[in-house]
Amino acid sequence: MIVELGHFVLVLALVVALFQASVPVWGALRRDDVLVRLAPRAAVLQFLLVAASFAALTYAYLGSDFSVLNVFQNSHSLKPAIYKWSGVWGNHEGSMLLWVLILALFGAAVALFSRNLPADILGVTLAVQAMIASAFLAFLLFASNPFIRIPQAPFEGQGLNPVLQDPGLAIHPPLLYLGYVGFSIVFSFAAAALILGRVDAAFARMVRPWTLAAWIALTLGIAMGSYWAYYELGWGGYWFWDPVENASLMPWMTGTALLHCAIVMEKREALKTWTILLAIITFSLSLLGTFLVRSGVLTSVHAFAVDPERGLFILVILIAFIGGSFALFAARARAMEGGGLFAPVSREGALVFNNLFLSVAALAVFIGTLYPLLLEALNGAKISVGAPFFNLTAVPLMIPLFVVIPIGQKLAWKRGDLLGALQRLWWIAAAVLCAVAAGAFALGGGPVLALAGIALGLYLVLGALDDIVERSARSGFSHVFARLSGIPRAVFAMAIAHAGVGVMVIGIAATAFEQEKIVSMQPGETIRLGAFNLTLNGLTTEAGPNYASVGARFSLRNETGVIADLTPAKRTYVGRQMPTSEVARYRYGFSEVYLAMGETSEGNRVDLRAYDKPFVLLIWLGPVLMALGGLLSLSDRRLRVGAPKRAARSPQPQPAA
Amino acid sequence: MTRKQKRLALILGLGAVLAVALGLILTALRDQIVFFRSPTEVAQGKVKPGEAFRLGGLVEAGSVQRETGQIVRFSVTDGATTVKVTYQGLLPDLFREGQGVVTEGRLDASGSFTATNVLAKHDENYMPREVADSLKKQGVWRDDAPAKGSKP
Repeated sequence: MIVELGHFVLVLALVVALFQASVPVWGALRRDDVLVRLAPRAAVLQFLLVAASFAALTYAYLGSDFSVLNVFQNSHSLKPAIYKWSGVWGNHEGSMLLWVLILALFGAAVALFSRNLPADILGVTLAVQAMIASAFLAFLLFASNPFIRIPQAPFEGQGLNPVLQDPGLAIHPPLLYLGYVGFSIVFSFAAAALILGRVDAAFARMVRPWTLAAWIALTLGIAMGSYWAYYELGWGGYWFWDPVENASLMPWMTGTALLHCAIVMEKREALKTWTILLAIITFSLSLLGTFLVRSGVLTSVHAFAVDPERGLFILVILIAFIGGSFALFAARARAMEGGGLFAPVSREGALVFNNLFLSVAALAVFIGTLYPLLLEALNGAKISVGAPFFNLTAVPLMIPLFVVIPIGQKLAWKRGDLLGALQRLWWIAAAVLCAVAAGAFALGGGPVLALAGIALGLYLVLGALDDIVERSARSGFSHVFARLSGIPRAVFAMAIAHAGVGVMVIGIAATAFEQEKIVSMQPGETIRLGAFNLTLNGLTTEAGPNYASVGARFSLRNETGVIADLTPAKRTYVGRQMPTSEVARYRYGFSEVYLAMGETSEGNRVDLRAYDKPFVLLIWLGPVLMALGGLLSLSDRRLRVGAPKRAARSPQPQPAA
Repeated sequence: MTRKQKRLALILGLGAVLAVALGLILTALRDQIVFFRSPTEVAQGKVKPGEAFRLGGLVEAGSVQRETGQIVRFSVTDGATTVKVTYQGLLPDLFREGQGVVTEGRLDASGSFTATNVLAKHDENYMPREVADSLKKQGVWRDDAPAKGSKP
């Protein structure tokens, strides 16, 4: 009954979305304020309906209702409750429902929190958002309905893919979708601005909090996915340049560019056309990512059931929205008067540099991701474009950007003083190079590129923080605290986020110093790993709620004695006869010892993949700092209130009529 | 600088960065892409010794031999032809005889394949699409085997 209700409210949500997609636009064109003002209510109602539908599916999962096909295929009664709950989106249909839920959530959030926006902009924005929602609700109902029943309910479900039975599943997809789908509202704002012909600085102010919110979630979502892959897959890698990863990285790159150029648009009324274009491109890339992941055109760890009908459906949605928005953009491009040009050496000049390199790097990722698909479509050749391609294209394109970040931070708007900015940075760069050279000498050398990477990372961190130091100690040290408290939050936010970039760069560069040992050990045997000794004590078995596991017990020693007992294991899950590796890790500082177990053979011999990974945790600490910077910036009221309003909240309709 | 000069400088700068980027991309596309080959294509001599490529097919039943030093030998087949593969290292969890596999590496002079990487699958039902296509070509495809894959 609840399941049928869930299905029914999903249909109602489609009806509401179709209403919300059409009536406010009609109202805005007819200048009928009453119709326009229906949009926010419809947005909230649509969200409530989708949420109810999502709750119904969750109910079916929690109660292990195997008469529902989707639950039968992806759940098991023995599965722990947290995975019953997060398993709702661990499959194609459920994840698309989550997609639509978040789409509706952003619509409702704008309806509730942006009441001071001009009514017509709010109405048309929500209408565009509802157009996207209608398309995906139709996709859910007609091509991937999660509520389909099986006539004769099976006794037991097929179980969830064991790789997904991890707390990561509860966090990674929702965060990633919040980011991915969050850019939809920025797209809707851009489309509304184009439709109404109102592309101005106010637009930049309106989209800023939403861009930032989506960007924070996407940053954390990608980092979380990377960390999950690191500990779950047992290969110790953190980024594989897998097409699906690239699908999330591309909107992140253009989203980051958008975040920065919206500042230029807000402060200087320049780069309007480009800001709008980036807003469109970013969400288009999100849609492309959804298509790549959900259509089954890619061989990927993320690919669910391959169904050509679904792929085609998403492709049609993709083409309609990307094509439609670009056509709208082209039609309005002439109407957007260009902003003033500005001096290359200035804050805005540096931000253009940021945008240029981020978008060109995104282009490289785009080509590397789609070229294999294109080639196969053209002549049937199957190729793979892997890490070497991206390391030679996207990575070198990011390096000039990293070098310029601290410089840009020091340049003033309009006319910057390059020499003044470089003066302090020279000192930082020189100090960092000396420190790294001394460190390398003490260690007895190291890979040059990795050392350069660490130097670059340190320079980024110190350069970012120097901004704060310089501002607070400008007139002697007596007023440091008074000055510190006078610095706007946004400046702290920028420093923290940019320092996060540096922290991540250090973590990535430090992977060159990791030690990998692939060995076969017998009980009692000891190997040397980094600064530690690792001894195999024996095998152990364990019975979990829905799996059986065989583990190998190791002790990790340093000079003082045993510092940790580590038990990497292999699990076999009930339901699906599929083994998974459970790695064991020992953290010291920001570094880790990482053990993954391989096959066991007679005499209790254990194959082992053991790593000592110095500073590996910095790879994910960096993005967390970036997101923290984003949050801090989001909390800066200065940037949210006082946006120029046009006839906001006035009961009068818009002029003319 | 005048307005016109500024605009020119901006356009030249954009053009230069784009040119560098395209140069990087084209070079990397020429040198860094890896082709997927089936054992039959290898037998037809489509691959030169020393060229890196991906070899995909089924792990032939009964062909897996483990040796000391974690060296594993096995054969990859597409039903018509088989290629012998040597790999040193740990195999992914789902590596099994009779199952699909994709390996990356090079042919040596004797025509045997040395793998540097055996790609992990993430689901017991999941079949790499390239492998499925090549098996279909050889007519050894069973429709029931690869039902579906899974992971968000």
